[in-house]
Amino acid sequence: MKKFKEKLSGRVFFALALSSISALALITVFIIVNGVPLIAEVGVGNFIFGMSWAPSRGEFGIFPMIVGSVAVTLGAAAIGVPVGICCSIFLAEFAPAPLRNLFRPAIQLLAGIPSVVYGFWGLLFLVPFIRNYLGGPGLSLLAGAVILGIMILPTVISISEVSILALPRQYKEGALALGMTHWQTIRSVILPSARSGIVAAVILGIGRAIGETMAVIMVLGNAVAMPASILDPVRTLTTNIGIEMGYASGPHQQALFATGIVLFVIIMILNASAQYITRKR
Amino acid sequence: MDGKTRETRQDAKIKTEAVNLYYGSFHALGDVTFEIPARAITAIIGPSGCGKSSLLRLFNRMNDLIPAARVEGNVFLNDIPVYGKDADVVSLRQKVGMVFQKPNVFPMSIYDNIVIGPRHHGIRSRRRLAEIAERSLSQVALWDEVKDSLNAPGPGLATGQQQRLCIARALAVEPEVLLMDESCSALDPESTMKVEELMLELKQRYTIVIVTHNMEQAVRVSDMAAFMMIGEDRVGRLHEYSATEEMFIRPKDKLTEDYITGRFG
Repeated sequence: MKKFKEKLSGRVFFALALSSISALALITVFIIVNGVPLIAEVGVGNFIFGMSWAPSRGEFGIFPMIVGSVAVTLGAAAIGVPVGICCSIFLAEFAPAPLRNLFRPAIQLLAGIPSVVYGFWGLLFLVPFIRNYLGGPGLSLLAGAVILGIMILPTVISISEVSILALPRQYKEGALALGMTHWQTIRSVILPSARSGIVAAVILGIGRAIGETMAVIMVLGNAVAMPASILDPVRTLTTNIGIEMGYASGPHQQALFATGIVLFVIIMILNASAQYITRKR
Repeated sequence: MDGKTRETRQDAKIKTEAVNLYYGSFHALGDVTFEIPARAITAIIGPSGCGKSSLLRLFNRMNDLIPAARVEGNVFLNDIPVYGKDADVVSLRQKVGMVFQKPNVFPMSIYDNIVIGPRHHGIRSRRRLAEIAERSLSQVALWDEVKDSLNAPGPGLATGQQQRLCIARALAVEPEVLLMDESCSALDPESTMKVEELMLELKQRYTIVIVTHNMEQAVRVSDMAAFMMIGEDRVGRLHEYSATEEMFIRPKDKLTEDYITGRFG
């Protein structure tokens, strides 16, 4: 009887664990089944590199949105990565304990703010600011990049900080014992030693930025066009799905699923490379 | 810490005067006063937890890394106060190199491990750096083993080689004093022998202070021996300090004798 219970409990946990994996499998299959036929019909090249997105005329080219996603994400990285890495260095190397205990939960809180609130703040504050001081409609690539730059901070900071703190104390002592200053030690020994973790932090931050939808829908302007400057509105892959899903049907709906496949592949590649980099050492 | 210097023996490299070290409320070292001769090997011995490493780390101010650490009394290097008001920790550590218990080779190439110190002290010329690398690696008898793989990652070396690389790295900044904190305890007997031979050779030019648990090692290599002991009050004190030979043949008292003959540890 006891043995039976043991066996049963093992099975139950296995089934529950399986269900979370199968959710992934189900979603993947669903997206592929719904999206692949359209890609096959339009042609991979035409779909990915097509410049025109006009579902009513049967034109499904997502290249402007790929450019939009990449541009917004790179912008977010340009803002969030330097700030995030510097912040993690400060927390790991400079901050006295009381300050650290204040900063860490505050940064975690940043991760807890719902993305719609970020978007709302961007719409009410950032967009008018850009419109008034920099020009253009305000709803722009720049607004999205700033919002996402802030949103990726918790990811970049916490993973970089952990990878710095995980270094053996002897590296730091060894460098200081050579008569190197604290900053020289950080720059030449600590950061290079923590490089793989920091790179992973950046990649995961980028993955977070590229997948974000709600916050950027509200500030990007969402025009399907190649942006000529950072003050122009753009549409990303995620916002394309978010905006049109409500009324799309038939091939149009399939095209949105196909957009999802492209996103899915990009994020898979990013996460896999982050895992590969952290495991390599 | 008034910074005044007193008449000392001509060859005293490091001097301590009534040094007390506290970690917060914990009194780690009590009233340590002694002189470490230049160009000789001084061994600090004693049971675990008696403050040997803490004492060693006073000399290059490594204890500064512990936020709650506080030093009272005076430590002098070349009769200049190490804990003086305007003492420069960075230049102190250039003069007082340290080798740690476990080899802490940085995750970079063998060559970069060696030249990282000189490079940060302003030596830019590639030729100078290459000379320093060859000289330092030769000093630790590692040159012939690694000269063809200078760009290979340092952590890929065997443990004994890694420790000699760490010694070479410390020598590359041309220190006057070399502190070795149980630097052989992670090594196999053969590597230990090599490092000991190296110490005997290096003492021609450097002042070496070692912490060791290994009595045979202290006898084999050291000229002076400092026996530390924890008192009833948990404070580490210098119990006996004399020439190594003297201490091991005629220990001052029963306690020293019991320790060096291995009756406790």
